[in-house]
Amino acid sequence: MTDFTEDMPEPLPVKQLPISRQFMRRIQNRWRQIVTVVPFLWLLVFFLAPFFIVAKISLAELAIASPPFTSLIEWTGDGIMTIRLVFDNFVYIWEDSLYFDTYVNSLKISVTSTFLCLLFGYPIAYAIVRSGPVAKPLLLFAIILPFWTSFLLRVYSWMGLLADQGTINNLLIALGIIDEPIRMLYTEFAVYIGIVYTYMPFMILPLYANMEKLDNSLNEAAADLGSRPTNTFFKITLPLTMPGIVAGSLLVFIPATGEYVIPDLLGGGNVQMIGRVLYNEFSRNSDWPVAAAVAIVLLIILVLPIMVFQHYQGKASEEQ
Amino acid sequence: MYAKRSRFLTIMLTLGLAFFYIPMILLVIYSFNYSKLVPVWGGWSLRWYKELFQSAEVWSAVSLSLQIAVVNATFATALGTLAGLAMVRFGRFKGRTLFGGMLVAPLVMPEVITGLSLLVFFISLNQLIGWPAERGFATITIAHITFSMAYVAVTIQARLTGVGQTLEEAAADLGAKPFKVLTAITIPQLTPALISGWLLAFTLSLDDLVIASFVTGPGANTLPILIFSRIRLGLRPDINALATIMILVIAICVAIAAIVMFRQQRADLLDRQMAEREES
Repeated sequence: MTDFTEDMPEPLPVKQLPISRQFMRRIQNRWRQIVTVVPFLWLLVFFLAPFFIVAKISLAELAIASPPFTSLIEWTGDGIMTIRLVFDNFVYIWEDSLYFDTYVNSLKISVTSTFLCLLFGYPIAYAIVRSGPVAKPLLLFAIILPFWTSFLLRVYSWMGLLADQGTINNLLIALGIIDEPIRMLYTEFAVYIGIVYTYMPFMILPLYANMEKLDNSLNEAAADLGSRPTNTFFKITLPLTMPGIVAGSLLVFIPATGEYVIPDLLGGGNVQMIGRVLYNEFSRNSDWPVAAAVAIVLLIILVLPIMVFQHYQGKASEEQ
Repeated sequence: MYAKRSRFLTIMLTLGLAFFYIPMILLVIYSFNYSKLVPVWGGWSLRWYKELFQSAEVWSAVSLSLQIAVVNATFATALGTLAGLAMVRFGRFKGRTLFGGMLVAPLVMPEVITGLSLLVFFISLNQLIGWPAERGFATITIAHITFSMAYVAVTIQARLTGVGQTLEEAAADLGAKPFKVLTAITIPQLTPALISGWLLAFTLSLDDLVIASFVTGPGANTLPILIFSRIRLGLRPDINALATIMILVIAICVAIAAIVMFRQQRADLLDRQMAEREES
């Protein structure tokens, strides 16, 4: 049907059009420029420019001044400009095992949590896709609803469950399963729970969007040809849902690596993640050049995953 | 896909929903607990709600957060809509890749990086032009607009690609000027996305702790900053009460948004069915 409409000749009188179309196009171009330039400028000023300032500070030295760092460009006497770039901050981060271990630990926690989100999120998304026409929108709504409620309060809700005097320990003691409360809050376990709990919708929604487009006749054909369900899953469903898996995993992995609130509230001082170190470096120690260098290194680690995510996001919006 | 759900999938779905909702339900139940120790039950009471409503600190934080959220949502919707239009309707233009990248990156950028970079930006700007002299309402709002416009743009882009361009082209061919096309066709078509985009930007702003903590100044405490400073030290029954109120408000907002979207989808479907019937 679409082919038919595309092949139709233009039904409009052709003779008058060129002049008015040209005029229209000129107005349209002006209009288009305004539409593009306003948000573009906003992002250039408030999103891109700040990164360059962070990069600049990361190459400066700590100084007793306000703001507390040296200037990269100095003017000496006769207008001679000298630029001083200090890589000490990066060397310091590399050599200090605290920073290095914290980066490794953050990546370990975010990779494991991403895998856990995928492990539990995949069957949940698949179950929603396979639900009836009435249940489907309701289930989808049930997944989206926690995503709209406060992130901070969702993390807080687990503090009540996991505390030494919390609901889980109280329940287990009342049931006589344990005598002493198990320490769960302020451990790495609590951080995993927190990340999986708060980031799960980010995994489920792209997976759902991807699975919704799958053609069930492929599964039926495989079954008709004698393929077992597990075989069909690994040969057909899994490869076809790869775009959803990649998009969902990156949506969890990238922000989780820099997470600050969850390791702070659920990990206490016992779980070191780079987002928390960065925040503390900045607010308590006010060593801006080191904090800026920590941020730049984190950005360098995440730049590749962010670009892959952009690539998939772009492809997804073109396909729609 | 109309194939049946297997038992395994049903079990996973049930466990998943239990995992999502049990912590929230417990949070709400314990807000009515008389006891000062959150997980120790001391009988039903509205004590913590009363305490909450009497706290001037809470009220001023709520008021600041709501003001920021409304201004943010309005500007973010305007800018996000323009950005979405540019990305979907204008084909290739100079700098499109950079523009698209800057629109997608805020969705995944760790908040500590965005917050840190905006703070040093505001401080440098202050040294350069003397503004912003004080950090607070204005700086938080600008920071929020910057990341929420990206979410709005995604919503708008999805809607624009969904409705296609046929009606706009038809109107232009029939002699409507670009501005007329915008007001008579494009904006009405976008209305559901504009509403959900506004609500999304509104809740994102109400929810943000990390970025606001970086770019705020002395005395300007948003609601998440206030909540965070209290729960860092442990469980607080008054925060349970506050959480219950916030969950209620957001549930109502989301329900309204869902109804609007559902109605629009049904109207679209009816239009399409009518059009198909007329064609055949």
